[in-house]
Amino acid sequence: MKRSRLGPWLLMLFGVLYFFVPLLGTFEFSLRYLRGVYSLEAYRIVLADPRFGATVTYSTALALATIVVGVVLVVPTAYWIQLRLPGLRPVVEFITLLPLVIPAIVLVFGYLRIYNSSSLLPLTGSERTTDLLLIFSYVTLALPYMYRAVDTGLRAIDVRSLTEAAQSLGAGWPMILFRVIFPNVRVAVLSGAFLTFAIVIGEFTMASLLDRPAFGPYLQLMGANRAYEPSALAIISFGITWACMGLIQVFGRGAHGQVAGAH
Amino acid sequence: MAQVTPLAVRPTPAAASGFSHVSWAWAGVLPFFVFALMFLILPTGLLVVGGFQDAQGHFTLRNLLDLFTPTILSSYLISIKVSAASAIGGAFIGFFLAYAAIAGGLPPWVRSTLMTFSGVASNFAGVPLAFAFLATLGRTGLATALLIKIFRFNIYSAGFNLLSFAGLTLTYMYFQIPLMVLIMAPAIDGLKREWREASAILGARGWQYWRYIALPILWPPLLGAALLLFANAFGAVATAYALTGSSLNIVTLVLYAQIRGDVLHNQNLGYALALGMILITGLSNAAYIWLRGRSERWLR
Repeated sequence: MKRSRLGPWLLMLFGVLYFFVPLLGTFEFSLRYLRGVYSLEAYRIVLADPRFGATVTYSTALALATIVVGVVLVVPTAYWIQLRLPGLRPVVEFITLLPLVIPAIVLVFGYLRIYNSSSLLPLTGSERTTDLLLIFSYVTLALPYMYRAVDTGLRAIDVRSLTEAAQSLGAGWPMILFRVIFPNVRVAVLSGAFLTFAIVIGEFTMASLLDRPAFGPYLQLMGANRAYEPSALAIISFGITWACMGLIQVFGRGAHGQVAGAH
Repeated sequence: MAQVTPLAVRPTPAAASGFSHVSWAWAGVLPFFVFALMFLILPTGLLVVGGFQDAQGHFTLRNLLDLFTPTILSSYLISIKVSAASAIGGAFIGFFLAYAAIAGGLPPWVRSTLMTFSGVASNFAGVPLAFAFLATLGRTGLATALLIKIFRFNIYSAGFNLLSFAGLTLTYMYFQIPLMVLIMAPAIDGLKREWREASAILGARGWQYWRYIALPILWPPLLGAALLLFANAFGAVATAYALTGSSLNIVTLVLYAQIRGDVLHNQNLGYALALGMILITGLSNAAYIWLRGRSERWLR
């Protein structure tokens, strides 16, 4: 059965154009800072801006904290569900899907209502505790991706045999979790971690509404006030996304495809 | 007697550990449930309750009725229009792209490249995406300028505006199309070659294969994926905010403005606004999960 391959190739061409034209447009725009010549002036200005360094550092620190909290929360839970409470799996899976159902802006609205400075648990009362709240918000946003990554990793290994082997050698629960289970789902955890990083680093809604100096609100501020620097920033952000996805590919060869981040 | 003691003692710790076994098992997932309660269920639940209360905390349906005032209703409608258009457009293009790469007889590297790029593009969203489209399709953008230069066609004189329904839809499709590719790839993989060959041997034409075999199997995941794309676009804030400022009145931007500065002059109306959003994304996600369940029995 011979079929023409022209159609598929044309579709691919369309896909390539849709993907690359905006990037090319952005890149070209970012070089226009000096009238008449292409230059990297916009990049120089962005990189020299102290707020750029400060917000990227802040968001990176937050992303790392999110990954640590997320892993500590998700791995033991997914492990325990697999080992002891398989009956709870649908409930836990449903909960981990909720952040896809409830828009981020609604969640943060709820946080501002529950954790405002005159509430029982005034997390928005000081800057440090607001950072903490933002970390938990990001853990929530990343929960669907982190849980699915870890759960897939756990299903690929024989959790029961590993646990029993470790127990018969005298290992306690902390030892089993950190020395046996974690190393075996390292790849899954890493791909969840990079995805979390990609989601958190440029996140706008939650950081902006909790009024924290993160990279996303800084991007928005630059966009509202400058002409060429935003394009340079968009190219830099794209580079970061690309790096995270590339690292997932490198570490998780042939593993599950993942979907979507925070928009 | 010395021998009896250990035997007599033995059942006790076993029984004790059997008892603590139960509570231990629950304790293992306790942190997760506490987290879910604190950061998912209670915050959402309180908003839902707040939607049914007036400023004094009395029960009322006033807020829900107030959602049907023209400004709020129109913001919901624009949101639904943009989300539906970008979901349908993204679903069509994404499906055909995925199908072409997987079953179109192209070399295998095309597929792996498409999947990699889709992973990146579906995560390239938010504020930077808005910048990219402004630099490309804005008034002085590269594509706009090239179209004028090469085809003498000014899209802005033809009525196009990036800061509008069409512009926002086009921008959203940048992450919708690749998301569709990622979701549909497994379903298209599930279409067995043999089905097409068998239908061809039995004399079916191309359209008959699609009408009687491929589409009946693919429609649940197709429709489900489109619903997921819809919910995905409906909750988006950052792209729209950075692209249009507040010139396009979509519901997430109304809620954003409300949270920043109580523009509705009624906190509880804000809660009702949030409740409406949860209902819409909730329904479309529920339909997605149901449809995915239906399709799974075929696509193994």
